[in-house]
Amino acid sequence: MSQKRPIVYPYIPNSVPAVKQRMLQEVGAESTEEFYEDVPQKLRFKGHLNLPPPLLSEYALKRHVEGILARNKTCGEYLSFLGAGCWHHHVPAICDEVNQRGEFLTAYAGEPYDDHGRFQALFEYASMMGELLNMDVVSVPTYDGFQAAATSIRMAARITGRRQVLISRTISADKLSKMQDYGKPEIEIRMIGYDRETGQLDLDALKAEVSSEAAAVYFENPSYLGFVETHGDEIAEIAHERGALCVVGVDPISLGILTPPVEYGADIVCGDIQPLGMHMQFGGGQAGFIATRDEEKYVMEYPSRLFGIAPTRVPGEYGFGDVAYERTSFALREEGKEWVGTAAALWGITAGVYLATMGPQGMVEIGEGIMARSRYAMLEIGRIKGVQAPVFQSPHFKEFVVNVDGTGKTVAEVNRALLARGVFGGKDLANEFPELGHSALYCVTEVHTQDDMDRLVRALREVVE
Amino acid sequence: MGDHVAGLPEEGTPVGQKRLGLIVNPVAGIGGRVGLKGSDGTEIQKKARELGAVPEALNRAVEALERIKPVGDLQIITYPGEMGEDAARASGFVPTVIGSIERGETTAEDTRNAARDMQRLEVDLVLFAGGDGTARDVYSAIGEGSDVADGYIRRIRLVLGIPAGVKIHSAVFATNPRSAGDLALLVLQGRASGRREAEVMDIDEEAFRQGIVAARLYGYLNIPFQRRLVQGLKAASDPGEKAATEAIAWEVVDGMDDDGYRYLYIIGPGTTTRAIASRLGVPKTLLGVDVVRGGELVAADANESQLLALLEEHLAKVVVTPIGGQGYIFGRGNQQISPRVIERVGKEHVIVVSTAAKIQALGGRPLLVDTGDREVDRMLSGYIRVVTGYREQTVYKVSC
Amino acid sequence: MAQLDITQQRFTGGKPNLRRFHQARWDEPVIFELSRAGLRAILVPEVEDEIRERVGDVLATLPPSMRRKEPPRLPELAQPQVLRHYVRLSQENLGVDLNVDVGQGTCTMKYSPKINDQLARSPKLADVHPLQDEETVQGILEIMVRFEQILKEISGMDQFSLQPGAGSAGIYANVSIVRAYHASRGEAGQRDEIITTIFSHPSDAACAKTAGFKVITLYPDDDGYPDLDALKAAVSERTAGLFITNPEDTGIFNPKIEEFVRIVHEAGGLCAYDQANANGILGITRAGEAGFDLCQFNLHKTFSSPHGCGGPAVGPIGVRRELARFLPVPVVEFDGRRYRLNYDRPDSIGKIHPFYGVAPVVLRAYAWVMSLGAEGLREASEIAVLNNNYLLKKVLEIPGVSAPYASGKRRIEQVRYSWEELAQETGVHSEEIGLRAADFGVHYWTSHHPYVVPEPCTLEPTESYSQDELDEYAAILAHVAEEARTDPELVKTAPHNSTIHTIDPAPFDDPSQWAITWRAYRRKVRQWDKND
Repeated sequence: MSQKRPIVYPYIPNSVPAVKQRMLQEVGAESTEEFYEDVPQKLRFKGHLNLPPPLLSEYALKRHVEGILARNKTCGEYLSFLGAGCWHHHVPAICDEVNQRGEFLTAYAGEPYDDHGRFQALFEYASMMGELLNMDVVSVPTYDGFQAAATSIRMAARITGRRQVLISRTISADKLSKMQDYGKPEIEIRMIGYDRETGQLDLDALKAEVSSEAAAVYFENPSYLGFVETHGDEIAEIAHERGALCVVGVDPISLGILTPPVEYGADIVCGDIQPLGMHMQFGGGQAGFIATRDEEKYVMEYPSRLFGIAPTRVPGEYGFGDVAYERTSFALREEGKEWVGTAAALWGITAGVYLATMGPQGMVEIGEGIMARSRYAMLEIGRIKGVQAPVFQSPHFKEFVVNVDGTGKTVAEVNRALLARGVFGGKDLANEFPELGHSALYCVTEVHTQDDMDRLVRALREVVE
Repeated sequence: MGDHVAGLPEEGTPVGQKRLGLIVNPVAGIGGRVGLKGSDGTEIQKKARELGAVPEALNRAVEALERIKPVGDLQIITYPGEMGEDAARASGFVPTVIGSIERGETTAEDTRNAARDMQRLEVDLVLFAGGDGTARDVYSAIGEGSDVADGYIRRIRLVLGIPAGVKIHSAVFATNPRSAGDLALLVLQGRASGRREAEVMDIDEEAFRQGIVAARLYGYLNIPFQRRLVQGLKAASDPGEKAATEAIAWEVVDGMDDDGYRYLYIIGPGTTTRAIASRLGVPKTLLGVDVVRGGELVAADANESQLLALLEEHLAKVVVTPIGGQGYIFGRGNQQISPRVIERVGKEHVIVVSTAAKIQALGGRPLLVDTGDREVDRMLSGYIRVVTGYREQTVYKVSC
Repeated sequence: MAQLDITQQRFTGGKPNLRRFHQARWDEPVIFELSRAGLRAILVPEVEDEIRERVGDVLATLPPSMRRKEPPRLPELAQPQVLRHYVRLSQENLGVDLNVDVGQGTCTMKYSPKINDQLARSPKLADVHPLQDEETVQGILEIMVRFEQILKEISGMDQFSLQPGAGSAGIYANVSIVRAYHASRGEAGQRDEIITTIFSHPSDAACAKTAGFKVITLYPDDDGYPDLDALKAAVSERTAGLFITNPEDTGIFNPKIEEFVRIVHEAGGLCAYDQANANGILGITRAGEAGFDLCQFNLHKTFSSPHGCGGPAVGPIGVRRELARFLPVPVVEFDGRRYRLNYDRPDSIGKIHPFYGVAPVVLRAYAWVMSLGAEGLREASEIAVLNNNYLLKKVLEIPGVSAPYASGKRRIEQVRYSWEELAQETGVHSEEIGLRAADFGVHYWTSHHPYVVPEPCTLEPTESYSQDELDEYAAILAHVAEEARTDPELVKTAPHNSTIHTIDPAPFDDPSQWAITWRAYRRKVRQWDKND
């Protein structure tokens, strides 16, 4: 044991030796060893853990971590057209201001009295999402959009008492993997093909596949591949005819201009709120939502908490609390409805700030502006020899598939060359959709100026010609 | 939309004045204190008083009522003198006194009359101080199957016992007078919107004094239970007693399917076992043992010899649930499932069902068996699997 | 005239008086009520004229059924008003940055160092897309690999995944791995039972059940330890695994944990260590030596990442070598030269989170460990345990409270107390005591439902609070306990100095009254005024 002075740690106030001694005396202990009397000697770790030497000063820590992070390149330094589940949108400064506040950042599980602010902020988030979705029940955030989709189909299974879920083929392979793993005990997934021209879900294939075994038909709008499923109402009708539910995954930032799915027959709507005020954070800004109509049979199937508004004993005062805390399920076989725990509440509060900041006009303008920009990009890219954009002849929102078969290059080669020119090209779809040949998924949002897109087109042209 | 509690007239919403029906059984508990077991029967009562016994029930009732003081607009409706008026006045209330009695010579019939009268006056809660005998009297007056049951639509008769007897087997009692008072207060304030059925049990007096324990299950009364006052982030949603019971029923019924209907299922009495019969669509004898196979009733209210006869021809499993507040799974209320029946069936085919709440109410005490045969008791002792929900179990201690 | 000694008036008998606390109470309307037509809080970037000319009316490319008819009815405010609203709401909370938050037992409410928040907000992380070429994200991949090494050393396990989005997600991933393991040996159908204990985190049971397993929950023995005999009776050839927290939520370490693991192994099951309660045992004891096959941590608990009102979070999972092939994909690796994402994992349970985990949370946890080192981690645990036993002593001095189980023994990092005695005496319940404590600027958590310990209260001091703060907390509880005796009505009608008053829960269970959104509330309760 070294003779150096014991370290007093800034985060551990009672590590001051005199304080530690005093406290030990008060509890009548010789040393902290006594507190571990229940841990058998055999299980006691001998010596100290083999960890890197500590960076005791804040400055040393900062230099160390920043030194490592410096090796990252950002979408501020490079021009990025990546999407595929995480998207580059502008984060209003007010969103960061609110979610940085220690009062929100370090609160957790207090009561609706002493954490009233958190309850109100989340209620307002759910309410604003409700307006966006035109639905009356919205959950507090789940871990991410994958979880929301996976839980949505299990809810559908519980509600209908059936096991089969039909899923559109134009879904992210990763999301499908999650839905499969999560659905394992209860759900049988069947894939429905799409039209190679338009990308649209093959309605005939759906009609043929859906039966009285089907709990739900799941599709996304816009699709993972960026196009709008224009026959959403027909899909819902087919599902309903057989007593199945219609579950739709959406991009909430598109709902200023796209019809909320409930209006064309969706029963459960889900998605990821990352576009609503969260930085990309290498995939750390994801958070999911689930929404339904305000009917008991749906409400009872939510695994998450649902917060409702209620009066207090003071007239005019708002209170909040758990709705239907005892979920008397209609599917008693699963009466322990999945689980409840920490997920992504702070992102929900942030999304609320975002929506309140954008307002109705902001959401319309941003949606329309994104569509205009992506359309421009598609048209311009499509003019490059050997390149087809968009691959699918359908309206698109912010993402679209670009095919480079005609250039003789793979997407990987194209992207490598783009990288050298300071551009992140679209996600390579080779593994997920081999039938699309050498295709990539490009994403254009409100952060892209005309110059940005022209620069992409120039770079692409150089690379392929 | 199913039997959702919220569809009923809301018990939990304070609507004007609250009415508490109070019944004190002045002779409950008198025997135990002076070394006599139980106190029913005027002979025993006389003897007890001669020995200087002081009725406990009054004191217990007062203890409970002290906790109810805070309710603003409360009317206490009670019977004269020692049957409730005295206790109410001693606690500082001015009760509404109804009925008439012979002071010093009150009987079970008086208790029954009091209960009926209070029910007719639509009290929010019948709070009674006494023992199993008193519970039995209240039940026979206003429980299911009583003459007051019909004609009062939609009114759930809420009852709660203040324990004042020596031997309490019924589950309709609070743990002690103060918690009885606390729970009654919550009901009257509209803050205890939960309710559940609890067993009314009593021991055969004569047989008991000859050293024979024969507990009978008389039926069920609805008692209130406390909803949480605040909820925490980390608790998953709680299905509630009724949903939990139905989940257990699903699990057991699934098991019948799994073993291909090769087994007869001997189903003992209890609210949880009743749900199994419901799930099968088979009528369940309230207090007796029924035998089913594959959704069909094979025998209703079977006695030991009928069960043994069936066991000659068939394989069987036994489904039991803890009855009464003591946690007995055999020997209190289901003696038809005799030691010989249990031996024939085998421990591995005994299925115990119980909601987690009931297990937790044991407070760490083991489940109990008292079949009358020490060998069989020992065989059952140790640990046993208990079905507590759909695909949920515990492995719990059993003692004899 | 001499200056008045204000300071002296803040003390009585040498001890500081309790705060005359009042929580912020803004009586703030719901944001929709602040809306005024036409206001804008931000303007969005305009589309260039040339683009407009080029693309025309893009909305017209949508079929009518897909075009939103009317703008969403979001509130309309100007920017200062949005900010003001949310800052007010932020003030109406209690968090680690504000109060002595030792009351949220099992949540490990420790200090989240601000430097770590600052580092996590660096554009070098915030503005990074997860699908960027690996060459451009070597920094964050390095952090992840380094942190994995740290977790391996802390736990004694062989490989980790940082993908799960919180503790429960980690437990679920571990359940998936257990299932995959048995399936790989052809025993999936046979092994359909998972064992846990009543004092382990409820997610241990809930996740197992969600994954399709039958769950067997064991009750403690008379001393409050998980019942070994019950475990012996519970294992069989149907046992898939044991999921257990240790120390459990009562703060008691199970000294027979090795035997528990052995018994389950002998029956052919796997053992998963829910390390949500790791804060008291870092560097003291490890999952590896106890024989566990899997474990999971909570970075937003022991590892200091802030709780964020309920996330985002990370629940990393660690496994023994033999199970590593089942870990979620991709695995982050260092190949000697570069950091890479390895997707070549055919036996993986697949993806559980869209990308690789919540990077800013991992970064904070990494920074926290690096600021302390092995000795510091050990000190953190020891002080957390000292603080807990110190608080235990102070709280037990309050008449009417007890610490059930293991009486007279030391605890690890938290204690589940019981106010049963006080409740019997006064009729005041634990929840009411907690709400009255809010009038002094603190709160606490009772327990999971349903309560096994009656009138529970679970306190976990962690290492972040000073002796003075622990004294303050104990003094508040003592004061409220006294009030329960002398003025129970005051306690039963609490809180009085909090943001709002007693909530009427009637609407919460009635479908005709409950309102989860403002629009539902207006529809059911208010008549929507045309001019609103």
